Amino acid sequence: MATDIIIHDKKDNVGVVVIEKITPKQDCACWIMEDDSSTNIQSVDEIPLGHKIAMVDLNEGDTILKYGHDIGKVVKSIKKGEHVHVHNVKTKKW
Amino acid sequence: MFTTLKQRSGSIMEIPKSFLGYKRENGRAGTRNHVIILPVDDISNACAEAVANNIKGTIALPHSYGRLQFGADLELHFRTMIGTGCNPNVAAVIVIGIEPKWTKKIVDGIAKTGKPVEGFHIERTGDIGTTMKASKKAQEFVMWASEKQREECPMSDLWISVKCGESDTTSGLAANPTVGNLMDKLEPLGVHLCFGETSELTGAEQVCATRGATKEASDKFMNTWSSYNDFILKEATDDLSESQPTAGNIAGGLTTIEEKAFGNFQKIGNCKFIDVLEPAEEPTKGKGLYFMDTSSAAAECVTLQAAAGFNIHLFPTGQGNIVGNPIEPVVKLTANPLTVKGMGEHIDCDVSKILSREMNLSEAGDELIKTTLRVANGRLTCAEALGHKEFVMTKLYRSA
Repeated sequence: MATDIIIHDKKDNVGVVVIEKITPKQDCACWIMEDDSSTNIQSVDEIPLGHKIAMVDLNEGDTILKYGHDIGKVVKSIKKGEHVHVHNVKTKKW
Repeated sequence: MFTTLKQRSGSIMEIPKSFLGYKRENGRAGTRNHVIILPVDDISNACAEAVANNIKGTIALPHSYGRLQFGADLELHFRTMIGTGCNPNVAAVIVIGIEPKWTKKIVDGIAKTGKPVEGFHIERTGDIGTTMKASKKAQEFVMWASEKQREECPMSDLWISVKCGESDTTSGLAANPTVGNLMDKLEPLGVHLCFGETSELTGAEQVCATRGATKEASDKFMNTWSSYNDFILKEATDDLSESQPTAGNIAGGLTTIEEKAFGNFQKIGNCKFIDVLEPAEEPTKGKGLYFMDTSSAAAECVTLQAAAGFNIHLFPTGQGNIVGNPIEPVVKLTANPLTVKGMGEHIDCDVSKILSREMNLSEAGDELIKTTLRVANGRLTCAEALGHKEFVMTKLYRSA
């Protein structure tokens, strides 16, 4: 079974692309490592290997969860299936 | 076939109980048999390099500091110099400095291990005369060391340090958890383990603190992290753009320091750390995992870990860090298939099949154990074959 996206933890609202890239409107197979379960998502953007996809709609001020933990805040609203990166998420630290 | 984080410990292979190492006078064992020419200070580099050029099989460790340092910064300099000479991967040492006093201090520190060491100072003799005297002694040392044979050593003689670099999201998904899996399997065999990178635990510091084996270890970690973070906040001019995360991290998909930290933290598996070490401080509480206060810059961190006595290093990378060390072999692993494809000459262990789910974490951990043992037994690492010998002193502040 091919996996396009890996999600660390059930609580996570982002997944990581693990194929060379996904293209817009691609139906992607997702694997959740924590409980070895599967889910699906349709992409909006082209997203390269290693970059993140939003698994749900996210509003400005929301917290991004990965590894089940807080990894930063949304600074520009993100739709489910869009690319999540430095253009729409920032650290809460420095 | 598929693994989950909860199923990660079980090994499908029998883990070897020994490796072939060089037994040293103080009871430690080395994975290498180097004779090093160690300059005390920046201006003694030329002489040290001349000696290494004269006498084949020796290696000079040039660096940029060692003059007019004071206080904690000077103490760290001496600790790094002495610790490097004491490392069991080193058979014998020639120390060369401009002045006699600091040269002797380093020689005396290394001599406590019982290994051959001799110091030379350049003042009043000059480079040429010093090079001649030091070369004669270096020849004697290297010919003596060349007769040393590898012997069977228990796994507990392995002191394994870890640090990741040019990380991307594949590091946190697969390469770092592979190191964690190795730690989970080797910790019960009595190995010493060490992780560092104080600044790169930012965002995961509270979770990391809970992994202290004692309240004392946890508190010591939080004090160390807070002090480093205060320094960063004081000196930072903006949000540390392109430093943490680096441009390479961002290209690889890492967005924030918190995301990088949780990925970084996967390297320790389920182990708990028993103590927090100063930079280059030798662990003294026996087998198990230690945290060392280090920079997250690759060469600085590995140099400090080698100076603390660690004799083999595991280095997971995402986008492809290429660092090596002159005395501690640095084993690279990656889970990023593009890195394997584009710069495979730097990768000792390819675990990219984790991402395609053709390999599970436990299988990857077993592969890494096999690679680690081959290198411990003498196989050159990619970094060694390519000539990477980055020896970088950590400097705490300006010299006087």
